[in-house]
Formats: sequence, structure tokens, C-alpha cells
Amino acid sequence: MRHLLSTKNLSRDEALQILDVAEDMAAVNEREVRKLPALRGKTIVNLFFEDSTRTRISFEAAAKRLSADVINFSAKGSSVSKGESLKDTAQTLAAMGADGVVIRHHASGAPQVLAESDWIDAPIVNAGDGTHEHPTQALLDAFTIRRRLFGSTSRGRDLAGVSVVIVGDILHSRVARSNLWLLETLGAAVTFVAPATLIPFGAEAANWPAAISYDLDGTLRETRPDVVMMLRIQSERMNAAFFPNAREYAREWGLDDARLAALGPDTMVMHPGPMNRGLEISAAAADSPRSTVLEQVANGVSVRMAVLYLLVSGQAGEGKANA
Amino acid sequence: MARTVLSQADISRALTRISHEILESNRGAAGLVILGVPTRGVFLARRIAEIIQRIEPGAPASLVGALDATMYRDDLARNVTRTPQPTDIPAGGVDGKTVVLVDDVLYSGRTIRAALDALSDIGRPRVVRLAVLVDRGHRELPIRADFVGKNLPTSTDERINVRLGEVDEVEEVSIEGPRVFHDGYDEGSDEPDGGTR
Repeated sequence: MRHLLSTKNLSRDEALQILDVAEDMAAVNEREVRKLPALRGKTIVNLFFEDSTRTRISFEAAAKRLSADVINFSAKGSSVSKGESLKDTAQTLAAMGADGVVIRHHASGAPQVLAESDWIDAPIVNAGDGTHEHPTQALLDAFTIRRRLFGSTSRGRDLAGVSVVIVGDILHSRVARSNLWLLETLGAAVTFVAPATLIPFGAEAANWPAAISYDLDGTLRETRPDVVMMLRIQSERMNAAFFPNAREYAREWGLDDARLAALGPDTMVMHPGPMNRGLEISAAAADSPRSTVLEQVANGVSVRMAVLYLLVSGQAGEGKANA
Repeated sequence: MARTVLSQADISRALTRISHEILESNRGAAGLVILGVPTRGVFLARRIAEIIQRIEPGAPASLVGALDATMYRDDLARNVTRTPQPTDIPAGGVDGKTVVLVDDVLYSGRTIRAALDALSDIGRPRVVRLAVLVDRGHRELPIRADFVGKNLPTSTDERINVRLGEVDEVEEVSIEGPRVFHDGYDEGSDEPDGGTR
């Protein structure tokens, strides 16, 4: 693994390696001295062409806990807003000696362009690109599910037989796509639930390994899922009339108090944040003990530490699975 | 080429003696924490803890753990990425305790240097001791073992293989003559510094 661009081409062994190393990182995050010297002297660049607070600070905390130096680069107020190309930005970072680049970009595929170019010779981590993928979010979701299900015996286990229902704006969601591929690799069964307007056109024809439903109540009743993952309604990408209004969306596809009460006793409620309380998730659901929202944030740092450690600490080259 | 230097019975006797020496120097098992350095040090630490619990009735129940030093190594950037192993500290922590680090082979001393750094991020023991099954010499750092199963003078182009029943088919310590290089890969062990050094 040289870069982390997507979860689609991540093998089961690679995924489990990241999740298992994240267990070690989580143990570090629970102790008094939350710092490891593994990336001392290395420089990680957070290259954010799109607004993000939580993902950026999560990566920043992860890099700092591994003792790396962190440079934050956001497009606003930088030379990008003066028209600099991705190539020139990348070459500038290479000249500054970046050992790893975390990139978020509004264009799907931008991290891949960077990884395949010869502009910069550093591992690239995709922190969300357009409507394509957000692999570390999927990894932290899988990590959170695994820890809730198996606790201290999580190491080495996949998610075989776990049923996950992902509800909401599938169309614009890179989180949904990354989760789909990763959960499938780990053996979980995925169902997408959304209004037909928010399911990608041709998703069924494209043979996505997910069941697709337009009826939340029916799906929750029939699948009795282990996990219900609510996605944020991305109003900044709502450039058409996907549903009549927010109230109708909340009534049909929101996790309200009645649906929360009808869930099985061990069903967990996930949300990648930031939440629109009262729209896709009710306040009671967000704050209930079933909710993993804050665990997801904490686990995000551990998973990103694992990814940065595995990509940046060693010499470039194919890492042996257990070397 | 490999020549056996410690048989299963020799290993068992050495660990029994080390356990007694640990209890002697600590004057009992009070405040004792035995931490194995992965991979094989962890199994040796468990065996030592079992012996101590058998011969010292007042020994604490949670005595043994594992201390991984991978992220503290000084050669991380020189090798392909190493996967860390779990660290597992007994319930009482290490603050104010007598910590005995256990490893299979003491060679350059760099693993122990890393383990000492890892330990100081976890807490502040009263004293730290080092027990090893084999001391093969060639130290590159000012580190020495307090409890040694066997001193084995070696040359740097020989290899020491420690095989333990928990993970290997046989149980023995063997010494292998000058390395045979082919295809650039080491023979025998798949671990760069677990069982073979």
C-alpha cells in the first residue's frame, strides 16, 4: 500500500491491518502520554481545497500524536485562489519536503491524479474527493462497528454477517461509497435507503453490492439491522429539487424518535457528522446511548494515526503484511 | 548447518533459574511486573510469571503483560513498514513498580532501548530490570541484562534462532553458521527481529 485513495481496491488483509494497528493507536490515545515518536522528523501536509474542520483537525491530531510536523494548507486565501494549478501546488509542497500529503478536493479523482503524477513523490491520503470516496471515514466507521460488536476481542476480525443500513443522500455521499466497498470487503451486508432522487442514476444497473430501498420503515422492519448509518443532507450540493421540503424528508427518511424506539436493542446509530438535528436525525437519536457519533470522532484519530503510520513511517516499497 | 545450543529442558531450567533470581533480587513478588517484548519475549514473560506464581504464594494475580517497542525503534525509516504488536499492561500499571523486561535474544541492545522509551511513556517504574534467554554479545548501546539464560559468544555472521512451543513446531535455541545469502532474503524466520537474530 503506497497511497490510500479509495476503499474499493483495499484487500481484506490490508483493511484488517489498518484496523488492527488502529487498535494499538486507540490504546495510545487512552493513556496519559498520547504521543509516539514514529514519525519524528517527517512532515505531513494537509492540503484542503474544500472546507472541512473535523477531518482536518482529526488528521492534524493524528499526525501530531505520531510526532510529525504538520503544515495546513487551505485553498482559501492561498495561491490557489489566485489561480495556481494542482500541479504547481504539488510541486511547491514537494520542494518543501513533504513526506505525506493528505488531500481533500472538490473534484472526484484529484488525489489519484496527484498519486499518479510525478509532481510529488510522497504517499497520498484521500481525505474526501468530490462525490467519489472518503476512505478514512469508512475505515473509522468499520473500526467503530467492530469495537462496539466485539470489544477487546476485535483484533483480526472482519464484519461477516453484520447488516448495515445506510440512509440519506447516497447520490452526493463519498462516505456511502467508501463504506459500501469496505463493508463488502469485510463481509457485511449493505442496504441503501433514500428517496429515488438521491440514489445515483444507474446504481442498480452498475451492480453495486448493496440492496436499494426507498422505504425506511419497511427496511428497518425487515432487515433488523445491526447498524443504521444516517448521512447528512448536503444542502451545499442540493442544486435541484431532490425532495419537496425538509419536513417531508424528515418524516419519510429521518431517524425520528418513533423509529429510534422501534430499533432492535443492540442496533447502533451512526452519523459521520456534522449532523442536521431534526432533519436526518432527531436530537434524541443523536444523543442516545446507541449513538456512536462521538466514538466515531475519537476513533477517527486512531484510524488516521494507523494510516499515516503505515504509509509514511517505513521506506517506500511494498510493505510485508507482517514485517 | 544449525546446531542446537539449548534444548527444551535447558530452556525450562534457565527460565526457572531466572524466575528465582528475579524473586531473590526483588525480595519476593511484591510490586513486580513482568513485561515481554513481542513476539517471543511475550511467551517467555508468561512462563516466568507462571513459575513465579507457583513458587511465591503471595505473588500478584496480574503480573505479566506485553510491551511493544515498534513505534520507538530507531530504524523505522530504514525498513519497510513494520506492523506493531499489542501492548498490554497489567491492571495496576507500572508506576512505582519493579518492571522486568523479557526478550528472547539480546544483541545490539536497540530493541531494549526502544522498549525503555516506550515504557517511560506509559509510566514511571521504580526500577527496570532486563531478563533475556540468550545474550549473544555485540552490543551497540550501553545496555546489559540483569538475568541471562545463557551467554552465547557469537560472530556477527552467525544467527541465533529461538523456537518456542507456543508459536513454532519445535522448542530449542540453535546457532547457525555464516549466513547464506540468496535472493537477498533471510532464510528461516519471516520476522526481521522476532525469532532470529
